[in-house]
Amino acid sequence: MNCIIIDDDAAARLIVQQMCKNNKLNVQEEFSSAIEAIKYLNSFEVDLIFLDIHMPTFSGFDFIRSLKNPPKIILTTSDKEFALKAFEYDCIVDYLLKPITIDRFKKSLEKLLKPVNDKKSSTNIKDTNIKENANYIYVNVEKRLVKIDIPKILLVEAKGDYINIKTEKKNYIVHSTLKKIEEKLPSKLFLRIHRSFIINTTEIIDIEDNTVLIQKHVIPISRSNKPELIRRLNLL
Amino acid sequence: MEKPNLSYIEEISGGDEDFKNNMIAILKVEFPLELESIVQSFKENNFNEVSFYTHKVKHKIAMLGMPKSYELASIFEMEIKKNNTTKYKDFLLILNRIALYLNAK
Repeated sequence: MNCIIIDDDAAARLIVQQMCKNNKLNVQEEFSSAIEAIKYLNSFEVDLIFLDIHMPTFSGFDFIRSLKNPPKIILTTSDKEFALKAFEYDCIVDYLLKPITIDRFKKSLEKLLKPVNDKKSSTNIKDTNIKENANYIYVNVEKRLVKIDIPKILLVEAKGDYINIKTEKKNYIVHSTLKKIEEKLPSKLFLRIHRSFIINTTEIIDIEDNTVLIQKHVIPISRSNKPELIRRLNLL
Repeated sequence: MEKPNLSYIEEISGGDEDFKNNMIAILKVEFPLELESIVQSFKENNFNEVSFYTHKVKHKIAMLGMPKSYELASIFEMEIKKNNTTKYKDFLLILNRIALYLNAK
């Protein structure tokens, strides 16, 4: 695997370089500024970039935004507070806090290499596995990542630019769309029954005409979604 | 007060003496420059610059096996942005101790 290292700190570059060497990664080049790296990437392809965030004039995030087709990126930083922002970028594989430890570096590579080793490099397959096997989801609520147990979600309602994730005990208002959360929820459990509602089908108490009752919530069913809902039920 | 040491660098080196020597050579060049920039920016009351160089240098403090000093540097980095200079003296003591240590290498 070919990689480059971008960090304005020579000592930090040397650490990553040594860890790459110990893990048989080929470091093609290293750069003290993101602008130099952009010029390089205009002529050469790489599989992976180790990228510092906190650099003068042109930050790591500026750099990522400047790339049309970014390769996989592992962030290396002393700033814990950027972790949340890193989730906004699909190309970011991991977030390594300095000083980077040997074990943490190896874990990061495992994350990166696992789909390739499994010969399932397709992102779709990876995402599907995560979606179908994970029992929880993290959502961004007021700048905090909050863990929600997926089976405990009763329903999700669209509210303009937000969605309201309702669980038995609590509601979570999240800046997102129904389409996005639908992609993250296991299709075995959840079904979109209306343009504004996704429901947990195991929580249905009863269905009457064009409404579903889930606990105390009465949810409309759109005509086009009703056949799929009926098909899912364990009808006598 | 914590003492600087090479345990982290030795662990990363995996016995590679070239790496260890290169790292010490880099630290001997970069660290005094960053220390000077911090002192100079502080004298000029340019606290944003002080914070910037503190951020750069704090990684090196961690690399030299000083976790408590790293924490102090992290707090100072944030506080100095708000013009709070109370931790400067303690921070400078740490930096001077590292400078002496690297000088002796």
